[in-house]
Amino acid sequence: MDKTILSGNEAFARGAFEAGVKVASAYPGTPSTEILENIAHHYPSIDSSWAPNEKVSLEVTIGASFGGARALCTMKHVGVNVAADPLFTLSYTGVRGGLVLIVADDPELHSSQNEQDSRHYARFAKVPMFEPSDSEEARAFTRLAFEASEQFDTPVMVRSTTRISHSKSIVYPQTPVEGLPEPSLARDPAKLVMLPGNARKRHYFVEERLAKMAEWSCSQSFNRIEEGQGEVGVITAGVAYQYAKEVLPEAHVLKLGLVHPLPKQLIREFAARCKTLYVIEELDPFIEEQVRAMGIEVHGKDLLSVCGELSPGRVAAGLFKEEIPQGFTPTETLPQRPPNMCPGCPHRGVFYQLNRLKAYVTGDIGCYTLGFMPPLSAMDTCVCMGASIGNATGISKVLTPEDRKKVVAVIGDSTFLHTGINGLIDMVYNGSTATVIILDNSTTGMTGRQDHPGTGYSLKGDPSYQVDLEGLCRSVGVKHVYSIDPYGLDETRDLIKREMERPEVSVIITRRACMLHKRDLIQRKPPLFVDADKCTACKACLKLGCPAIKWNPAAGTKGQAEIDKLICVGCEVCMQVCKFGAFGVCDEK
Amino acid sequence: MKNKVQNILLVGVGGQGILLASEILSEVLMLGGYDVKKAEVHGMAQRGGSVVSHVRYGEKVYSPIIPEGQADILFGFELLESYRYLPLLKTDGQVVASDLQIVPPGVALGKESYPEDVPAKIKAAFPRSRIVNAMALAQQAGNMRTVNTVLLGALSNMMDIPEEAWNQAMNNRVPAKFLEENLNAFALGRQA
Repeated sequence: MDKTILSGNEAFARGAFEAGVKVASAYPGTPSTEILENIAHHYPSIDSSWAPNEKVSLEVTIGASFGGARALCTMKHVGVNVAADPLFTLSYTGVRGGLVLIVADDPELHSSQNEQDSRHYARFAKVPMFEPSDSEEARAFTRLAFEASEQFDTPVMVRSTTRISHSKSIVYPQTPVEGLPEPSLARDPAKLVMLPGNARKRHYFVEERLAKMAEWSCSQSFNRIEEGQGEVGVITAGVAYQYAKEVLPEAHVLKLGLVHPLPKQLIREFAARCKTLYVIEELDPFIEEQVRAMGIEVHGKDLLSVCGELSPGRVAAGLFKEEIPQGFTPTETLPQRPPNMCPGCPHRGVFYQLNRLKAYVTGDIGCYTLGFMPPLSAMDTCVCMGASIGNATGISKVLTPEDRKKVVAVIGDSTFLHTGINGLIDMVYNGSTATVIILDNSTTGMTGRQDHPGTGYSLKGDPSYQVDLEGLCRSVGVKHVYSIDPYGLDETRDLIKREMERPEVSVIITRRACMLHKRDLIQRKPPLFVDADKCTACKACLKLGCPAIKWNPAAGTKGQAEIDKLICVGCEVCMQVCKFGAFGVCDEK
Repeated sequence: MKNKVQNILLVGVGGQGILLASEILSEVLMLGGYDVKKAEVHGMAQRGGSVVSHVRYGEKVYSPIIPEGQADILFGFELLESYRYLPLLKTDGQVVASDLQIVPPGVALGKESYPEDVPAKIKAAFPRSRIVNAMALAQQAGNMRTVNTVLLGALSNMMDIPEEAWNQAMNNRVPAKFLEENLNAFALGRQA
């Protein structure tokens, strides 16, 4: 194999394979998801699995490392918040087999709830962090990270961003390493049992390790100086390096492959030869502040934004105070095209009814967060994975008994098993009265339909034990557990209304598979049609916000609804909304 | 030609198969001997939202995303989206776009209106542009689902890539049972 074109995520998977990884675990999260999917698909020799959340996935990986195997854990930036507990102590224990944590940040929040910069975690947890700037480096740095992990007895983080994970570039695969030691049981409590007496000693080791790595990294080829012309110098890393090369092709560049710890000696040498020095980095002034603390004058976030991702245009606009160039610009205001629940999405009817019931909806992370959008407009909060249930408990505590009835938590099946269940335990334990709806579409929808413990299938597609959601809820003490098909609009409304009134915790599981489900759980039906003689232009169907229903202002005398036959899946939810029986089933196939 | 980076911006609506089209395109370019980068966004954008994929090629490509105002070709799968992203096109750039219209939610609700005469407006601003009835040609090729291949055929006229490289890439990427209709669709698009 000489060369191929891979996404960053495909290249991370390749790098892990070349490094001889034996165990890989993750919870899906954009933009990191495809790393594990690629491992499962292309490298079956690796034991790869979905964990219910990032904390568990890291703990599984730690166990594999303690057994002497190389192990990979991947997650999105906010996943590190969940996994932070084991991460910080893992820094003290160090590893047996190499352990690498790839974390994918999402500058610009293409598909996230915040824009946190994971480099702070590397510094905070005192672990090294590599940052590749294209797919070839994603492959090579992953491989290198495993070597460094074992050489320095440390977990190693590798930071990606959306533009690394989801960009493709040319990769030169290498043959996998050979001759790694076989995993085995080896007891070493002084290193692996982090009681105060042991951990105190390990903290000294951690500090020495960081100092050693900072010195080591000054002479490694992943931190390199690219000679330019003139007196302008740039310190940069990750995808920002590519933008810097685009905008300042003549400048001297110190390209950092390891963003923590920084190669201070190398930075001093580089800075000494430049009259003007820029740090070009996405999100926080992570490198900049440390360089400044060394007494070196630099420009960075005085010129470039802390918010959002960079681009060649944004870098040029910051450095040269130029307008971002724009070609021909349409003068009219164009309609926006926000993401939307798919035609036939089982969540649509639930949010339609929550809106009509005037519920105060604490929301969660998933496709169903789109229930916030008009015309459904039925979500009032969304904080993080699993937060909906705790949020509902808390807000209920401070409301009048009448207002308390309006509080409903909504959470997806995958999110419920991620960290929602803990909130439900608290809800029962502490006597909350809120209503919880588990929107069970039998998949992890938003990240691209991954399996989880509630689907009954593993990452590799093998049948597995399927968590019984009803049984689980009952076992933590919920007395009122119901499941319902959300395609039945009236039944769904009646059930939600009744349970909102109940001064006790109840759980409603709305169960119907995602319309994009990979297995044959869904049955698309022929598209519906609108009977022009019956449509009275009342627009009630438009309140569903279904992409397959279009308003044609030119039809009839007052306009009429129409169905887009290409995308309608015949779920018949609109049929139940129309009081005039205008929606019909087509005879044609 | 080879040392100058060329930029193609693919735009459309989530679910239209834009990511697969950009896969084939970047494969073709790699087989053509170029350095290639492509960038896109997954996740939330899939759900019927506006989708953009950047493809860049040349002797050496740095940024995976196209510098603002530097796209040579805007390759559009839906009319409004093609119109929306015109500001990213060079002043002497070209548009290759499908005439397909997919109404966004605000228009479906009757609250906003779909812009009128988009093909004429595109051609007025970028005279070398081509608006293709890709759906009709896909039907002619024997499968509505080959619409993206028709569009790739139309795009191929504007690029200096040998036809064998295109055929090779489709051989690599398209399942065997759909290959013949896709090769037909490509040829129809190329002639259109």
